Amino acid sequence: MRSLPLRRAVDALVTIACGAMVLLALVPLGSLLWLVVSKGAPGLSLSFFGALPAPVGEPGGGVGNAILGTATMVGLACLVGLPVGIGAGVFLAEKGDGPFGRAVRFTAEVFSGIPSIVIGIVAYGLVVLPMRRFSALAGALALALLMIPTLARTTEELVRLVPGTLREASLALGIAQWKTSLRVVLRTAAGGILTAALLAIARAAGETAPLLFTALNNQYWNFRPDQPTASLTVQIFNYAISPYEDWHQKAWTAALVLLLLVGVLNVGARLALRRSTAGGRA
Amino acid sequence: MPPPADAVARGATLAAPPPHLPAGAAAHGGDRVWNGLLVAMGGAILAVVGLVVLELVKVSRPALAAGATQFLVQKTWDPVAGSFGALAFMYGTLVTSVIAIAVAVPVSVGLALFLSEMGPPRLRPVVTFAIETLAAIPSVVYGLWGLFVLVPLLRTVVEPFLARTLGFLPIFRGAPIGLGYLAAGLILAVMILPTVASVTSEVLKTVPASLREAAFALGATRWEAIRLAVLPYARPGILGAALLGLGRALGETMAVTMVIGNSPEISASLFAPGYTLPAVIANEFAEATGDVHVGALAGLALVLFGLSLLLNSVARLLVRLVARGPARVAA
Amino acid sequence: MTPKMRVEGLQAWFHDRHVLRDVSIDVAPLSVLAVIGPSGCGKSTFLRCLNRMHELVPGARSQGRVDLDGENLYGRGVDPVRLRRRVGMVFQRPNPFPTMSIKDNVAAGLSLNGWEGDLDEIVERCLVQAALWDEVKDRLRHSALSLSGGQQQRLCIARALAVEPEVLLMDEPASALDPIATAKIEELMHELKERYTIVIVTHNMQQAARVSDTTAFFYMGELVEAGATETIFTNPREQRTEDYVTGKFG
Repeated sequence: MRSLPLRRAVDALVTIACGAMVLLALVPLGSLLWLVVSKGAPGLSLSFFGALPAPVGEPGGGVGNAILGTATMVGLACLVGLPVGIGAGVFLAEKGDGPFGRAVRFTAEVFSGIPSIVIGIVAYGLVVLPMRRFSALAGALALALLMIPTLARTTEELVRLVPGTLREASLALGIAQWKTSLRVVLRTAAGGILTAALLAIARAAGETAPLLFTALNNQYWNFRPDQPTASLTVQIFNYAISPYEDWHQKAWTAALVLLLLVGVLNVGARLALRRSTAGGRA
Repeated sequence: MPPPADAVARGATLAAPPPHLPAGAAAHGGDRVWNGLLVAMGGAILAVVGLVVLELVKVSRPALAAGATQFLVQKTWDPVAGSFGALAFMYGTLVTSVIAIAVAVPVSVGLALFLSEMGPPRLRPVVTFAIETLAAIPSVVYGLWGLFVLVPLLRTVVEPFLARTLGFLPIFRGAPIGLGYLAAGLILAVMILPTVASVTSEVLKTVPASLREAAFALGATRWEAIRLAVLPYARPGILGAALLGLGRALGETMAVTMVIGNSPEISASLFAPGYTLPAVIANEFAEATGDVHVGALAGLALVLFGLSLLLNSVARLLVRLVARGPARVAA
Repeated sequence: MTPKMRVEGLQAWFHDRHVLRDVSIDVAPLSVLAVIGPSGCGKSTFLRCLNRMHELVPGARSQGRVDLDGENLYGRGVDPVRLRRRVGMVFQRPNPFPTMSIKDNVAAGLSLNGWEGDLDEIVERCLVQAALWDEVKDRLRHSALSLSGGQQQRLCIARALAVEPEVLLMDEPASALDPIATAKIEELMHELKERYTIVIVTHNMQQAARVSDTTAFFYMGELVEAGATETIFTNPREQRTEDYVTGKFG
């Protein structure tokens, strides 16, 4: 039997080791955030948000078209992704216990593990090939497909969390099943679902891989969904892998813009969650 | 208002709506529409996944027509000559993922232990918040950081150090250019850390308190209690977390593309540039010419799909095993 | 006097478990019927058969006849949704809708069914009937969750009253409440029975003795004995009834 002081020492050592692991995990995070802010901030200006990309060597220029492109594609993706994702989640929560429901749940889990680049190829086959061109629609489809499985699973969990007694109370008042589901159960889960939706949107805004060969890129403003479209993420990628120093600088600034966007969405999601669990509006 | 004295006076039967409430649409009709809508949504999921598989197979057919096994075991990838083999990319995916897991799992376990057992409770929300922030950062931003921070660090400090000290090992030989398997593996480790750490945390939470308490009651230190009671119970779940992380690492594209060097060669050294399945698709797909080239890339995607499917299924099974309790946690 | 509700040969199952066996009983109008019995005797199931909530559980079946004013609730063409507006229910744990204010909770049964009228008047009337008005009249827009447990339960009663049921079913309404709140609920029942017919399930025999006019004793799915409350508690016919009310088991 080892002596107690030795065992205590080992215990302390392990604690320190665990702490070291935490630091190890936090260092890249700290470094990344610090650099994005410190390298990106100097390039921030109103024109950066609004202008088109400038050619190499020329001062100025911005990512206006990329921001618009990301917003457009994410917006289009929401039109399909949000209803189908949330709807599937409600289906799983209300009718998910039979064999059909189990099949759907298993499929949704499988679906959520598919790498985003594979989804991109699917969108390529479904939209780019028939249309014979790269387009914002194709990019939006890829993003929608990526949103659906996670939204479905989170929505299912949230709806299942609503206590059964609320449903019973509503039914006992003579309110029909579908109204109970929609206006009582879903309303109770709405805060959480909003959170899940905001997080899904944040994820979609940060996607790059599937956009590379669906929406491709575009150096100009594009307002047509059937044309190639710039996006913040693809623009960052292109700037970063280029050999030009001033484009590297732009990459950091664009990354800062992207992080701000994703950050705002995440904070919004957290706020929605806090409000929903605060017990309703006064 | 006094309650109605008898039903006849109200004129209401049970089959008709009470007079003072509006008739409205039949409840049954509304229910039917609602149920139909829900089932359609559930069916949509099945349809979408079915579509995914079909599309992949369709687009990759031209390349696989030559022979699937040939495609899988061939080492060279030469679009110009029209010769396509997946081996180099499978190798690269494997190597980078293994590095990622080898780094991420110990760090995650340490992190999870810190969060649940060994660390001061006041720091827990901070660390949890940091992990969630890590998870929210887009892949391309990781790539940016990797390219301009990690790669130079590897090139100037880490790889030369490894070459000096452990250079007798074949994995640490060769010119340290920074870009390569090691860089990709390390950045993958950072990216899958939130996944592995949070699942590990969840797994540790499902360990019954009574096990830990039994160990303490015998006079164990915190670490001993963990080692004797918690970790053995949680081991399948931690394995599951690792596999989930592996599944994520397989599919990571952008950060890897930016730091791996993009060279479709197989090399024993971790310092060498390489290529992974998602990376080559990302780089070549947009400009791929010819059905065979496109088909080959789609074929790689099919391989990727199959691998991640397999991994995720096994991983979820393991995590569920732990949640179900000690009866299933066989030796 | 015709009974408000008449139950004939009621049987109920959960999958293969036979939980109610051939129950027949009359409920007099504007009275309180207490349903007592040990845990698992089927009293809650019985209650839920009276407003067709039992059949909502997967695997639940029932058979028999339940008449409301002479009409069979289980008859062909009867819409359970509409039926539940005439037979209301209050549950064991208060369950106000968490996202709605006090006022919206009371009005929920009406507003969710498309009622277009003056809600304020109805809300006030029901809160008065539920003996809650004075306590909440200044904070109608506050969240329902800001009330205490006893107040929430009275809110649920007000909510049930708003749809103007004729019968009110109460499933152990005070079991989750402290003694003071319980006393308030019992006082309420004395007032409510002037307007509504009440059936209350309770595991508290003293409560049954305090509030009810008639009492029915259930045991293992059977209705053992039913009659005037005083008779049941002082001079029951059946041995099992006597054993239960004297505390020999249960």
